[in-house]
Amino acid sequence: MSIFGVPVQALFGQLLIGLINGSFYALLSLGLSVIFGLLNIINFAHGALYMMGAFVAYFLLQYAGLGYWWALVLSPVVVGLVGIVIERTTLKRLYQLDHLYGLLLTFGFALVIQGVFRHEYGSSGLPYAMPAQLSGGQNLGFMFLPNYRAWVIVVSLTVCLGTWYVIERTKLGAYLRAATENPTLVRAFGINVPRMITLTYGFGVGLAALAGVLAAPIYQVNPLMGADLIIVVFAVVVIGGLGSILGSIITGFTLGVVEGLTKVFYPEASNTVIFVIMALVLLVKPTGLFGRAQ
Amino acid sequence: MLITRLVVLMVAGLLAAGPVQAQVSDGIVKIGVLNDQSSLYADLAGQGSVVAARMAVADYGAAAKGLKVEIVFADHQNKADVGSQIARQWYDAEKVDLIIDVPNSGVALAVNQITREKKKAFIVSSAASSDLTGKACSPNTVHWTYDTWALANGTGNAIVKTGGDSWYFITADYAFGHALERDTEAVVLKSGGKVLGKVRHPLNNQDFSSFLLQAQASKAKIIGLANAGGDTTNAIKQGAEFGIVKGGQNFAGLLVFLTDVHALGLEKAQGLIFTESFYWDMNDKTRAFAKRFAELNRGIHPTMIHAGVYAGTLHYLKAVEALKSDDGTNVIAKMKEMATDDPLFGKGQIRVDGRKIHPMYLVEVKKPSESKYPWDYYKIRTTIPVEQAFRPLDQGGCELVKK
Amino acid sequence: MTAATREYVEAGALAPAAAATPRHQVVAFLVMVAFFVVAPFVFYPVFLMKALCFALFACAFNLLIGYVGLLSFGHAAFLGTAGYGAAHAAKVWGLPPELAILAGTVASAGLGLVVGALAIRSRGIYFANITLAFAQMIYFFCVQAKFTGGEDGIQAVPRGTLFGVLDLRPTLTMYFVVLAIFLLGFLVIYRAIHSPFGQVLKAVRENEPRAVSLGYKPEQYKLLAFVLSATLSGLAGGMKALVFQLASLTDVHWTMSGEVVLMTLLGGLGTVFGPVVGAFVMVTLEHYLAQLGAWVTIVQGVIFIVCVLTFRRGIVGELARVLRKPL
Repeated sequence: MSIFGVPVQALFGQLLIGLINGSFYALLSLGLSVIFGLLNIINFAHGALYMMGAFVAYFLLQYAGLGYWWALVLSPVVVGLVGIVIERTTLKRLYQLDHLYGLLLTFGFALVIQGVFRHEYGSSGLPYAMPAQLSGGQNLGFMFLPNYRAWVIVVSLTVCLGTWYVIERTKLGAYLRAATENPTLVRAFGINVPRMITLTYGFGVGLAALAGVLAAPIYQVNPLMGADLIIVVFAVVVIGGLGSILGSIITGFTLGVVEGLTKVFYPEASNTVIFVIMALVLLVKPTGLFGRAQ
Repeated sequence: MLITRLVVLMVAGLLAAGPVQAQVSDGIVKIGVLNDQSSLYADLAGQGSVVAARMAVADYGAAAKGLKVEIVFADHQNKADVGSQIARQWYDAEKVDLIIDVPNSGVALAVNQITREKKKAFIVSSAASSDLTGKACSPNTVHWTYDTWALANGTGNAIVKTGGDSWYFITADYAFGHALERDTEAVVLKSGGKVLGKVRHPLNNQDFSSFLLQAQASKAKIIGLANAGGDTTNAIKQGAEFGIVKGGQNFAGLLVFLTDVHALGLEKAQGLIFTESFYWDMNDKTRAFAKRFAELNRGIHPTMIHAGVYAGTLHYLKAVEALKSDDGTNVIAKMKEMATDDPLFGKGQIRVDGRKIHPMYLVEVKKPSESKYPWDYYKIRTTIPVEQAFRPLDQGGCELVKK
Repeated sequence: MTAATREYVEAGALAPAAAATPRHQVVAFLVMVAFFVVAPFVFYPVFLMKALCFALFACAFNLLIGYVGLLSFGHAAFLGTAGYGAAHAAKVWGLPPELAILAGTVASAGLGLVVGALAIRSRGIYFANITLAFAQMIYFFCVQAKFTGGEDGIQAVPRGTLFGVLDLRPTLTMYFVVLAIFLLGFLVIYRAIHSPFGQVLKAVRENEPRAVSLGYKPEQYKLLAFVLSATLSGLAGGMKALVFQLASLTDVHWTMSGEVVLMTLLGGLGTVFGPVVGAFVMVTLEHYLAQLGAWVTIVQGVIFIVCVLTFRRGIVGELARVLRKPL
């Protein structure tokens, strides 16, 4: 049986692949969304920080002999700390200004970070070995699914849902959300709002780094890996609705699947389909699918 | 005023009366190495090409012959406008006589045009487009190392003959990828093979899982990668993940360099088949060159591009000496007249359309267990003799070829 | 409009109720013209032409952000489309240079109308995103379309003979033609700003509801400004294609959109001469650092950061503040 000339079995395989890619989009757009939704900062450096996450994993392996499992924990922490430093020293000063300045500042950081890494490491990419426990795969009949890719979906879903739960359903999350709307009042309650903001930025950055570590064994670790990805993730966040955590997660996975299907029927356009959708969504619903009007 | 960084390989020029110098413009032969120093092609050409050019000047013995040679270099960042601006400035304001290397066919074509207008000299080592000796051929340009036709023909033909008769193409969706796919498909069909399908991916694509899945489903024996650089290495890396080679299919890289294999590692690259015009471990002369080169180039061994820059520079200098002038058009003509002979490509010739011809080699990447020392990556499957390696002279549409 | 946006426009050229052209601006203009007339005899003319093309592009971009308050992240689409249009017109249709550039400009104007009509409804970050989305689609189209030559671009574009009289192949001739076109574009922008139209734009930016209550339709004014900005960006792009005799994907890539933002920011958002200075500095920087590869990106990033943090008024903006006169 075929749909438009593609056998249904093959289509299932592509859908699964789309879901895997969607995991990356979801994880990355989650970080962006957390940062924007709670801090009103458009973090254009997200792609560069994702790349740093992958590189830190590489360094840990190369210079400290610490493998993948260590990197999953350490890399987000290290890059998160970098994010915190960036926030403390520079971003903080822009909060009262138009949030386009935040975008320009983080864009500048993205250029610097990418430039430095490119200068040091060229652009061919560095190899990062697949962890032995996750290599190999399962023959599902309609396709051969590498274990690692299944692992990516699991990690992404867990982290995304976990984050959503914390922000939307716990007291800590409530404080964060309140602090965005009325920082002075929340401060009056004795909560250290600036510190919360800093830690949230660090967390969002850490999510990007986590995505980087997940990417390292399957994509080449190279300084430009985040450069074109950032505008796609941007589009995902905008479609989902800037500031909506659930929106980003759902949109991330969905768009991964949509892109996957495009790769089957019209592969040359797979890079662009997300932008077409973004334009359409914005024309109809300017604040995104799940976004709140601001 | 606006300078490109001068790395001067200077000869103590105490020549007051060198007759060679008298007709050499401004008394100096200035060679400009123009390539990508910072992104996609930085490793396969990049700084290594500058090293190769310097080695050629030294080996040629410029000093002893009383010829002043200077080398400059610049980064065109893979942008046609940057490259053409640098070329213009070099020719107009800085008296550069020869531009060499230039990866990225778009840039090369632009520089080709400018060189022709200004009647200087251009030796292409890195760029692939066979149009440089075809419809864009010029009396001021020599295309040295390889081109899309040679790759397509070499790899396609040789693979079909050794049993790889069903193909599936994964192609980068831009002019170069299309050309490579088209040329290879033509060769495969002519040799009696079949093409079971093809898929186009966007340039600089990260994730190939979807395309690899389609390739697997086709059950073609050979998956032809009509792309280059990061796209090729990504596809191969992910191919290992999806068990392509273990499942009995083989990748055919249509444009792969030694440095790509190094970046991938033998574990992932093993079994890959492709065509090159030079391998550092072929014979004693190439090994000696590689040893000297690696010392000057941070241990990185020479790719065929570097070899082309070396050999091209050497031949150019010989022509300048014979002609006692560095006038672009005349030197190129002289280069075509003189047979070439260098330790890397052996004896050879430059045709009237500017195409340098030499044998090509079909290589296969060794398994990790077969590699005995660093950079021991290839085994040579077959040699494609020089008569078959390049597009026949009359098929290119070059206006310099008299019918 | 937030206090923040007001800050960066403060240094702008909107002198309160200035009916006559302020004298210091005339002086500044003459200085600029004098510099550019003398410069080709000192600096390499092709480099200067590049600076002039980008200066016009930045001025056009500045019209949108400095005077309307809309950050477009897809302006490269207009530069590049005109480039392809002009290149195709000159090479394939054999049109003389003035018509080729016109063809490119018209193409960009049309594109500006379409994109503008759709994008104007949004503002702030959403506006930036919509323009980015459209720019990406244009990029995709340029990669796919046969006539653009894909990665190779359109090469060997003939410069031709201007008005059938002036051969544009000699560099100096081309230079002065480019300078003339640049000055024309610059004056058009200046006139647009210092006109009733410009005053309405200012009113809309400062307090849109009040402007509406006075009977103005802000959408129309914004759209007009957008189209004007797109058209002049197109003029810059068409010119550039003939100067370099080539049109390539670089000019439609999103990083080019980022570069023009940087030039304008560096020079001074909302100032008259800022974009010119910013463009000139950036082109010089890129030229000097070109052989150092990745350093260009690093320096650009640092400039962005420094400008946003401490130098928001940009070079000309700071100068204007020191002189206490709008520049």
